[in-house]
Order: sequence, then C-alpha cells, then structure tokens
Amino acid sequence: MTIKEIFDTMDYGTAPESAKEVEAWLDDHDRAFGLFIGGTWTKPNETFATRNPATGQDLAQITQAGGDDVDAAVRAARKAQSGWAKQSGHARARVLYAIARLVQKHARLFAVLETLDNGKPIRESRDIDIPLVARHFYYHAGMAQLQDAELSDREALGVAGQIIPWNFPLLMLAWKVAPAIAMGNTVVLKPAEYTSLTALLFAQICEEAGVPAGVVNIITGDGQTGAAITAHEDIDKIAFTGSTEVGRIIRQTTAGTGKTLTLELGGKSPYIVFDDADLDSAVEGLVDAIWFNQGQVCCAGSRLLVHEPVAERFYAKLKSRMAKLRVGDPMDKSIDVGALVDPVQLETVSSMVESGAEDGEVYQAPATLPDQGCFYPPTLITGMAPAARLMQEEIFGPVLVSTTFRTPSEAVELANNTRYGLAATLWTENVNLALDVAPKLVSGVVWVNGTNMFDAAAGFGGVRESGFGREGGWEGLLAYTKPRTKLSTLKPIAAYPAPKDAKVDALDRTAKLYVGGKQARPDGGYSAPVWSRSGKLLGHTSLANRKDVRNAVEAAAGAAAWSSTTGHLRAQILYYLGENLSARAGEFAQRIDDLTGGKSGTKEVERSVDRLFTYAAWADKYDGAAKPVPMRGVALAMNEPVGVIGAFCPDEYPLLGLISLVAPAIAMGNRVVAVASEPFPLAATDFYQVLETSDVPGGVINILTGSHTELAPTLAGHLNLDAVWAQSGADISALVEYESAGNLKRTWVNNAKSRDWMGPEGEGREFLAHATEVKTVWVPYGE
Amino acid sequence: MQAEKTMTPTHLPEVVEPRNPGLPLDMDWVRAVQANTSAIERRAGTIAARRSVKKDYQAAWLLKAITMIDLTTLAGDDTENRVRRLCAKAKHPVRGDLLAALGVEDITTGAVCVYHDMIPAAVDALKGTGIPVAAVSTGFPAGLSPYHLRVAEIGESVKAGAREIDIVISRRHVLTGNWQALYDEMREFRAACGEAHVKAILATGELGTLRNVARASLVCMMAGADFIKTSTGKESVNATLPVTLTMIRAIRDFFERTGYRVGYKPAGGISKAKDALTYLALIKEELGDNWLSPHLFRFGASSLLGDIERQLEHHVTGHYSAGYRHGMG
Repeated sequence: MTIKEIFDTMDYGTAPESAKEVEAWLDDHDRAFGLFIGGTWTKPNETFATRNPATGQDLAQITQAGGDDVDAAVRAARKAQSGWAKQSGHARARVLYAIARLVQKHARLFAVLETLDNGKPIRESRDIDIPLVARHFYYHAGMAQLQDAELSDREALGVAGQIIPWNFPLLMLAWKVAPAIAMGNTVVLKPAEYTSLTALLFAQICEEAGVPAGVVNIITGDGQTGAAITAHEDIDKIAFTGSTEVGRIIRQTTAGTGKTLTLELGGKSPYIVFDDADLDSAVEGLVDAIWFNQGQVCCAGSRLLVHEPVAERFYAKLKSRMAKLRVGDPMDKSIDVGALVDPVQLETVSSMVESGAEDGEVYQAPATLPDQGCFYPPTLITGMAPAARLMQEEIFGPVLVSTTFRTPSEAVELANNTRYGLAATLWTENVNLALDVAPKLVSGVVWVNGTNMFDAAAGFGGVRESGFGREGGWEGLLAYTKPRTKLSTLKPIAAYPAPKDAKVDALDRTAKLYVGGKQARPDGGYSAPVWSRSGKLLGHTSLANRKDVRNAVEAAAGAAAWSSTTGHLRAQILYYLGENLSARAGEFAQRIDDLTGGKSGTKEVERSVDRLFTYAAWADKYDGAAKPVPMRGVALAMNEPVGVIGAFCPDEYPLLGLISLVAPAIAMGNRVVAVASEPFPLAATDFYQVLETSDVPGGVINILTGSHTELAPTLAGHLNLDAVWAQSGADISALVEYESAGNLKRTWVNNAKSRDWMGPEGEGREFLAHATEVKTVWVPYGE
Repeated sequence: MQAEKTMTPTHLPEVVEPRNPGLPLDMDWVRAVQANTSAIERRAGTIAARRSVKKDYQAAWLLKAITMIDLTTLAGDDTENRVRRLCAKAKHPVRGDLLAALGVEDITTGAVCVYHDMIPAAVDALKGTGIPVAAVSTGFPAGLSPYHLRVAEIGESVKAGAREIDIVISRRHVLTGNWQALYDEMREFRAACGEAHVKAILATGELGTLRNVARASLVCMMAGADFIKTSTGKESVNATLPVTLTMIRAIRDFFERTGYRVGYKPAGGISKAKDALTYLALIKEELGDNWLSPHLFRFGASSLLGDIERQLEHHVTGHYSAGYRHGMG
C-alpha cells in the first residue's frame, strides 16, 4: 500500500521483530543440542525436532534423554549438593544475582527464542515472561542471602527433580530453579519437549554466572524422561507443573518413596463480574485473562460469571473488544494472540469446542488467521450451564465459557462448583463486596479488579485438584526446605494381647465412636476388647468401618461454619478444652498408664494441656502477610484452613498424639476426622466427654477407633476430604499417598519415622503450615 | 430519544456526521458510571507496546496526525502577526519536497486555535483554505468571569468568525457534585455557539478523580457537546493516556446508547510523534476507525508538529533531522 492509501485506511501494517540473533545462536550450535549435566554438554544423541508452531519449521534437534542420562544427571546433582548447601547464603546469593543480571543482559535473545519456540506473542515474552524471570532470580538471591539468619531452623531437601510445562517455558524454569538453588538444593530440570530451547540457553547462562557444576542440570526429552525422573530413587523432591492427569500419576508413582512433592496443575478459574464493576476495564481484564498466551495458562480466567443486570451489555462490550484482537505472527510486535504450541494442541482445542458448542452460543472473533500455523480465533461461548462439559473441563486455549448469576452468594457457589481451585478474579467497585467474596472463593489466588498478576514475592499455587505447594514468597521456600526435626525410626506398638485369665471389672464400658458431636455405635456392629499389660480388661473399643468414615467426613464437611469463626473464638474453646482436661487430669493419667502400662500418664496429660494452650495461643496469631509487590496495591497472603483433615494419630501417646494433631488443625479452622491410637484407643474416646463439655461444635472433631490399615484406603481415598495426616504407627504412608491422588488431597505422612511428641518438635509452625493454605489476594487500588 | 439531526458539513467535505443534539440529563446513567483507576492505568500503560506502527505506516499515521492538530497559540504576548505566522504553518505544515517524496498531496492542520481577540487575524489569514478557526472562550482558562459575560463571549467569537468554540466548564460544579448546574451551563454554552461546534474543556487535572472525569464527560455530552477536551494546557497535569481512556470510553458508551459520535481532543503535553501514534492507536482500538478523522479527533498542541516534521524527514532520507530544517510556525 502507498502512504496515501494507508493515510486513508489507517491500517497498522506489520512490526516484525528480528530473529537474526537467535538464528545465529542456533547456527552456532549447529541446530542440535545435547544435555547439560554436571556442568558439561553431552553430544546430541537420539534427537527429535523442536518446531516453530507459527510456521511449522524445524528450529533445532533436541536430545531425548534416556534412563542413563537421568542417572548421570542425578549423580551430578547429588555430588554437587552437599557442597552447594554448605556454601554461605551470601555465596549462593551472588550466583543467583549473576543469573538475574545475565537474564537481563540477554533479555531480547531469550524473548525472541521463547516466541519462536512457543508461539506466544513477542510482546508477552519480552514484556512479561522474561522480566518476571529476572525478578524471580533477584528475589531469590535475596532469599539465599537471608537464609542463614531467617531460616536457620530449616535446611535444603537435597536433589530436586523438576518437570515444567510448555506454556511459560523459561518462567516456569525460573519459578522452579530459583528457590531450589537459593536454598542449597541442586536440580535436574526437564523442560517440555515442545519448548526446550530457552532452558538450554539458560544452561549456557549458568556457565557464565558461575553456577558450580552439577547444581543445575538440564535434560531434555518427552514424558518418558519425566517418568524416569519421578521414579528415580536418589531424588528427594519432585516439583511438577502441568496437567492434573499427569500430576495424579506422579502422586501415585512417588507414593511411599519419601520424596516430597509439589504440584501446580490445571484450572478452570472463575472470572466474576458484578454489576457495579467498571465494565470496560473488566472486559479489558478478560483480554489478559483468557487471551493472554492464547489461553494456554493454567490460571486463565476461563469461566466468566456475569451479574444478570449487566450481562447483555457486558457481552456486547466483550464481543466488540474481541473484534479488535489481532491474531497472527507472534513475532509481530502488534499481535495480541499468537500460535498455539503445537498442532496437537490446536486439534484438542478445536475438537473440544466443536463437541461442546451445542451447550451454548458460540461467538468467534472475526480475526483473519494466517493460512498456516497453529492459530485459533478468540472464542466466547455464552449461555452455558454449570453442568455443561466445557464449564467443567479445562480447554487450555483461547476459549471463554460463560454463564450468569443473580446474587453474590450464587456467584460464589458457581465459582466454587469445580474440581479445580487455582485462581479466581472478581470485579466490583464495592470494597465490602470484594473483601467478603475473596475469602469465600476456593482458590490459591484471588485477583480483585485485575487478573494474571504475578510476582516473586507473592505465593502462587492451587487448592483442590489444581495441586499443592506455593511458588514465590516465603511460603514458596517451604517447598524446597525441610525442618531440622530429629526423627527416629518408628517402633511399631502392638495392643496388649488377651490374657489367659481375663480379669474383668463388673461394670461393662464400651467406647463408641464420636461423630457429628454425638456418640455413635459402629456401623458394622463390631467391637474389640482392650487389655492392659497386666491383662485387665479396660473396656471395649468400637471398630469403625468405611461407612463410619463416610459419616464422620460428612459430619465434618457439614461443620463448615467452624472455618469462618474468629481466631479469638477458637482460642477460647481450645483454652476451655485445656481447662476441662486439666480438671480431669488424674483420671486421664490413670487411663494412659493403664493403657500403655507405663508411668508417664501424668506427664502426658500435663503436656496435652500445655499443647492445647499452645494452639489456643496460635489460633489468633498465625498471621498472614502483606506482600510488597511491585505495583500500587497490596497482595495479601491469608492463611486459610485446609478444610476437612483426616488424621491418623500416633500410637505411642494415646492422648497427646490425638491432641498434637487435632489442636493445630482446629485452631486454624479445620474440621477433623481423627483415628485414635490403634493399640491404646480409650484415652481418645474418653476425650470426647471433654469435647462435649467444652463447647466444641458438633462435627468439628470426629473420633474413630479401629484398624488404621483398614480405614486408611477409605479415608485417604475420600473425595470430600482435603488432607490426610498419617502419623500412625501402622505402615500406611505409601497407601495414604497413593489413595490421595483421587482428589489430590494434601498429605503429611511419617514414612515410618517418629518424632519426639513430648518435646518442642511435637508442636509449632510445622504443624500450622500443614493446617493452612496460603491464599494470595491481589488488590490493586487507586482512585 | 427524540432528537433533531442537524447535518452540518465540517471543513472536510467528504465527511458528514449528524451533530450530537444532546439529551435530557440522565442522573441514573451518570451515577452508574465507574472508572477503576488501576485497571485504566494498566490498559493505558500497555497500549504503546501492544500497537507498534512502523515504516510507511508510521509516516502515513503521522501525516494523519498533522491533519488532526489544532495548531495553537494561547499566550499573553500574541499579536496579529504572530497569529498570521501560525496560520501560514497551518496551511503548509510540511515541506513540499517531503510531501512529494511521501507521495501525498498538500495537507493542512485541523484548525488554528487562538484567543478571541486574535480571531479576525486568523480568519483573514486562513481565508479560502477551509481551515477553521477555533477560539477558546468562556473566561478561559479558569472560567470564573461573570456568567453572562462568558455566554456573551461565545456569541462575540462566533460573530467574529470562529467556527469552533473551546469552552471551559466550571470545575466547581463537578467538585461539588452539582451535575445539574454543569448540564445547564453546558447546554447554554452550546446554544450560544449556534452553528459553531463546541468543545467542552473539562480541565481533567483539576477534577480529582477519573470517576469525576467520566461523569463530567457524560454530562457534557448529554448537554450537547460536539467534542470533549481534556485540558486548557494551563493546568499542572494535562492530557494523559489514563484520562484519555476514561473520556473515550465515555464517548463510546454515549455512542452505543444514543448513536451520536462525539469528538475527542487531548490537549497539553503531547509533543512527541511517538506519543501521537500511541494516542491514535488507543483511539483506533477503543473507538474505531470512524474517530481517526479531524472531525472527531484533534490534538491540542503547539510543539508536536515540529517533532512530526523531523520524523517524516527521517523517514524520507533515512537520516535524523534537525528542527531548523523546517519552517517555523
């Protein structure tokens, strides 16, 4: 077109970014890459092609790492780990700082490479991904610096296996590598097979930054390589970001191995627009929510919920905004929506929309798509019912589904009607409404009047089947450190056997189960006698079965009001429990001595009262935080209860074991289904009489007795349970972790290790952290 | 809504737009207006990176920007000759050899904008060019002279030949929430303008919040403003992208509900060619191509033209230019 013609049409034209430097870099490497193991590069071997999804052209050959390569990488990481961890925090800080500086120095090279390999618009890789990568390394350089002073009670986990997705290749690498190496871990990282190139460039940066050999190992390959990492025996921790399906498999395969695990999985995040919102800004927010990175974002606001009074106007505004989206060459600086990552992904998105479209009205932006490459038009489907498949399943593409709501409480109900819980967005100009709704949304992140805001200082991660663990902030360091708790090998304790000559008291006492604030006979109708060491019949204990588990979980789920009580009230009740237990101290001490055949009953009761006071004290003091994120606004880290926790209590302390798990859980607002000490169950069942006199609402604490091994599959597999703690004497850690995969509930298992329950390691922050989830609520402000 | 649709030809004969007749003050609408500052700033902050206009396209867009400039002098030391000099620049804003190289015929600026006393000189200097004279009015810039004199000033300026009147609103009506008073004032100013087009200067730097900017924009449009304009150029904060976004979204809303297109004029502080491109991209994105025309969009600027001329010469020659190579206004 001539200038005169453009003058009349006022078209944009193109603004292509140059790929020259990246092409040169690829050529320098003969367009074939080996693996980065122990600070050296292997020769490219058994390779596959990585393509530019916008053009279909091959960019380079990437090595498919096999089992031997994984072994070599893990060996290198293991060899480097202790030395790296022994370096001062300052020494590690200098290395992370150097990485951050180098990422900035090579920012454009990284950005262009990312766009060529992934298909995302250059504007996004240049202005969002890469700056966040640098920010993440700066922030964690600071964490390394402060580790010696601020985290002296925790230490590195060891070798971390990290598997990252293709949607934010370098950014996800940064989220994984920065906290890991800052804390003294070494890593074996596998980028996604579609998008390995920026990770390989990063490996090169590590050499320049003085990262010691073996601290960062980058190996490439497909899911088989990932599986080899997750299965590797000498890895201490697996961090995975990707699909819920694969996350579930990883949970199962790592069950019982002692590996710690963090998972950042899928989502179907709600985007709620109230009638008093700035509608134009909320429409613009959707561009950042679902058309950012072609919608291939785990926390994409993909489920639009609009207040009925403004729904039609909002949809009209949204459609006209969609008509302005420019879809095309990701290397064009003026493109809003680039290419999907691979033809496979394009096919998935297309067929999902095709098959689910009949449930609503489909509007597709009238964008001109390039003739070739993996492009899909921005799509809106309105009039969807929550039961529609596309309202529940993650599409992972530029497709927004929508329905309307009538009231704020209905909005919350619709928002939470999902198996996921990664992020949520809400738009309102009413601060009361915003701050009321944000805590009610079941998700790890809530954005108020904005969306897809990220920062290294603010925790990111999900609840429910969106995974567990946080990335960013102090809470993110929990994923790469462990407490320096002294653990010993657990010694199994068997119940005392029935004597040949039973000494039986005249008065029969049968301890029932305690469910929903009431004593309940066991569903199966079975009981077992409990004998003392000397052969005295102490009473009978009920044997709970799967139906009792069901009833207990239902009662706990029904006591949801407990989670919204004030910390002050929960403290009062915990103090009251302590007071009432103290009043019956003698009786409980005697019972404990009878059960265990020991003499420490008095001490155990004293400790139990003490512990109840500890958590009464904590109930209103486990503070959240206001994170200094780089914007005018605040990111609030709120400690929220996990929900309903199933707790297998330690065997060795019949009362203290129960209280050590139940007290922190309820102090933080959780409801509990506790399974009492298996050999010594009667102190726990006596305890329900204390519960009844201490104003604990029905359903908040439920106590079952019976076989841990028999109850574990049902409890750990229950899909309405949010966490399981297995501190049992029975060998159920592997089983619990395996069964937890069903709804990806949080687990805390002892792996056949015991701690000193009487000492300070039997209480405190470690317990509180397991009893809470950090929710980050972003509130930009300004008038 | 019943409204007379007066068809008024602007100085560009090919474009005919029904003039906004206004409508009764709708307080429900005014009160429902929302403007989330943080979100507006985010959008405004990314537009330059989202839309990059390069090469021939950039040259064409910059030429277009020139046709939208209200070339302005509003100084206490203005003289008739000074104004004539400015008018000469308005008639030939770009060196002929550059235009020839760009393959574009002669273009002019959108208007020349002056104080009342300078109208006759400007009208005389622009005779036969079709370039309208705009006059600032109603006790510009503070708008605190006696009300009847402010109304009378409009009439005088129209009589003197101004085809566009840039009025200033009473900021106190906004700050005290007296929307009826703002509406009545604007309505009367519009009436006093007769056939001349009226631009309502909101002095956004003095309105306190973007919400007030949005409400004032809407009330002025309801009262029949043909254009809404950010600033007098005399406030400490003049045109900004967030204010622009707020005002043009009000314009869009008004168009969606009434079918009338109201124009927009950012004024003050826009002095770089790159800024002009960003403004035009924002207009194109939020309002659409209809608004990329001098009868719906103007820059109130005095030094912008100089930077654009230098950029155009760079485009033609490949060499960075110097200010003295272009005739001054």
